[in-house]
Amino acid sequence: MTFNAAALLLLIAGLALIGWLAGRARSAMLAGAAGKKLHSRPQYHGWYVALWLFAPAALFLGLWSAVSPGLITNEVLASEAAKDLPAFGFERGAILSDARNVALGNQDKVRIPAAAPLVTPYSDASHKYGWIGIAAMLALALAGGLYAYTRIQPDFRARSRVENIVMLLLLLASLVAILTTFGIVLSLLFESIRFFQLVSPAELLFGTNWAPTSGAPQPDTFGGIPLFWGTVLIGAIIAMIVAIPIGMMSAVYLTQYANPRVRRWVKPCLEILAGVPTVVYGYFAALTVAPALRNFAVAIGIPNASTESALAAGIVMGVMIIPFVSSMADDSINAVPQAMRDGSLALGATPNETIRQVLIPAALPGVMGGILLAVSRAIGETMIVVMAAGLSANMTANPFASVTTVTAQIVKLLTGDQEFDSAKTLAAFALGLVLFVVTLLLNIVALRIVKKYREAYE
Amino acid sequence: MTQEDLTILDPKMTAHGVNVFYGEKQAINNVSIDVGTDLVTAFIGPSGCGKSTFLRSLNRMNDTVAGAKVTGEIKLDGEDIYAPSMDVVQLRARVGMVFQKPNPFPKSIYDNVAYGPRIHGLAPQKADLDGIVEKALTRAGLWDEVKDRLQESGTALSGGQQQRLCIARAIAVDPEVVLMDEPCSALDPIATAKIEELIHELRGKFAIVIVTHNMQQAARVSQRTAFFHLGTLVEYGKTTDIFTNPRQERTKDYITGRYG
Repeated sequence: MTFNAAALLLLIAGLALIGWLAGRARSAMLAGAAGKKLHSRPQYHGWYVALWLFAPAALFLGLWSAVSPGLITNEVLASEAAKDLPAFGFERGAILSDARNVALGNQDKVRIPAAAPLVTPYSDASHKYGWIGIAAMLALALAGGLYAYTRIQPDFRARSRVENIVMLLLLLASLVAILTTFGIVLSLLFESIRFFQLVSPAELLFGTNWAPTSGAPQPDTFGGIPLFWGTVLIGAIIAMIVAIPIGMMSAVYLTQYANPRVRRWVKPCLEILAGVPTVVYGYFAALTVAPALRNFAVAIGIPNASTESALAAGIVMGVMIIPFVSSMADDSINAVPQAMRDGSLALGATPNETIRQVLIPAALPGVMGGILLAVSRAIGETMIVVMAAGLSANMTANPFASVTTVTAQIVKLLTGDQEFDSAKTLAAFALGLVLFVVTLLLNIVALRIVKKYREAYE
Repeated sequence: MTQEDLTILDPKMTAHGVNVFYGEKQAINNVSIDVGTDLVTAFIGPSGCGKSTFLRSLNRMNDTVAGAKVTGEIKLDGEDIYAPSMDVVQLRARVGMVFQKPNPFPKSIYDNVAYGPRIHGLAPQKADLDGIVEKALTRAGLWDEVKDRLQESGTALSGGQQQRLCIARAIAVDPEVVLMDEPCSALDPIATAKIEELIHELRGKFAIVIVTHNMQQAARVSQRTAFFHLGTLVEYGKTTDIFTNPRQERTKDYITGRYG
């Protein structure tokens, strides 16, 4: 008997259905017998029983699925047959997983001879823990169901209880997202700490030479400045030079000039831009924009022109965030009270003067917040830069030259063969941490600005 | 309606047979009225009677409302303001407006007042602009309160000061007519009294039209009163006559508080 979570989940769902029917029937019966009016309608009593039956058992099931493999492995390791195993490393892991696969019936026979004596302890242990798990889960389900069932009374406030339980479940669901993020951050942090034990933080943050795979003769160097510069050049400079004016102007047109029919068509079209997968932008940048720019650069005699250029990646990234900037600017301009516009127009200002001198200054804080959010998106963007910006860590202000970004280097460091204890691989985590901290700060500042600005007009 | 006793010798603005539509809905029905140059004219009437709508058609602010349409004839100094040759920017420089809620721009006090003169190029030199700003603020009775903090934000002033700032802003371009759309409805009694005092002082310098739902205010500040009801002009005459001796039953009912 092995522990099959999906089947067990179905089993307790079935039990919960029975609990629901039983709870509903019992409440109706009790009310009829006592001649009293039920506080809550019968189905709430049903739900109360069903939830008490299902939720603890399901939570236990999730927990047990996570914990039992570890318990099984421990039991196997403690057995007589495990004494000859190598102490650590890949070999030991391979032998254990080979034995597990045979024990669980995933493969017919062992591929590593050393795994053979472990098969029996493995299957014994997994049977044992499988049964323990099932028994405990059923006991929990029945205990929960019975507890709820015995509490049913005509004046029992099942409805409020059910509401509370549902609220708790919703809270748990929202915690999952938060805890996951938290876990990711922690793992970034721990791997980064391991990296910083090998390479000093100062080197990563202030070093100017990025050569993580330079090979034996020279030592690897992890100076992050070229990457940070490339990221800023593409994401915060070139992309913004494209996105801010175009996004702002389209927002001004849509809010101030476009008649409602045009607006109804143009705005969704603009938003579709935001739905194009970034990989599509990526090959558009790499195959169309980059060669065109290179030919142009060669034609006008710019040195170091490359088919992978900061300009190509930046322009396409700018196009990608136009809808983002435009919709933030649109919101901010719309949030400026009509009275402001009227006041300016009533003084004999033209619509153009009104927009430039009153609406945009008044909307500026909101627009700035939107731009910061756009920057934080742009510097975290990966696909376009991997495909179009190149991988050579140059410190150059020449936009036609190839530069690389933090995200592109993370991809490079983590693809292909790798060992998880080398500084080269760990550097990816440290870079990820830097990126995370920067975008987090940008988001916090941006959201504060936007929030403060919203309050100003309420 | 009879208007024989209306002796406005030199009307600044004349309206004749004006209708205003918002889409299908008719908000103003066949209104004819003359606005005197040296007078304060008050528009009174219950909410939704069209008095603000009519006021906004006097400087074509209704143009900014989608679906609004004005028919009939409105003239400023004998010139049709809805004629194709009329430049709406010029018109609004001549017919200024103060709104119900104070709406200073989020700029400094100085820049708020200088806004109009700047866009119309009234002050070539900085010194000229300083003079215009000081004069407008003085006329609006605000100069003494703000002269030491002209660079502070206009939105940091109190509500009453903000409204006087808006009046200063409107008169800084030296308009001929100032339209005021319930200028005191968002203010406390003391601030209201100051604005009313200000209207008295401005009378004669500009033709003033004020919309108010406060009948005492109309009686206090105006020389002519027009009573609007359901989009029509019910009665128009000398303020004293309207309040002491209304000729129309509806006017009498309204000013005695029967409805509104």
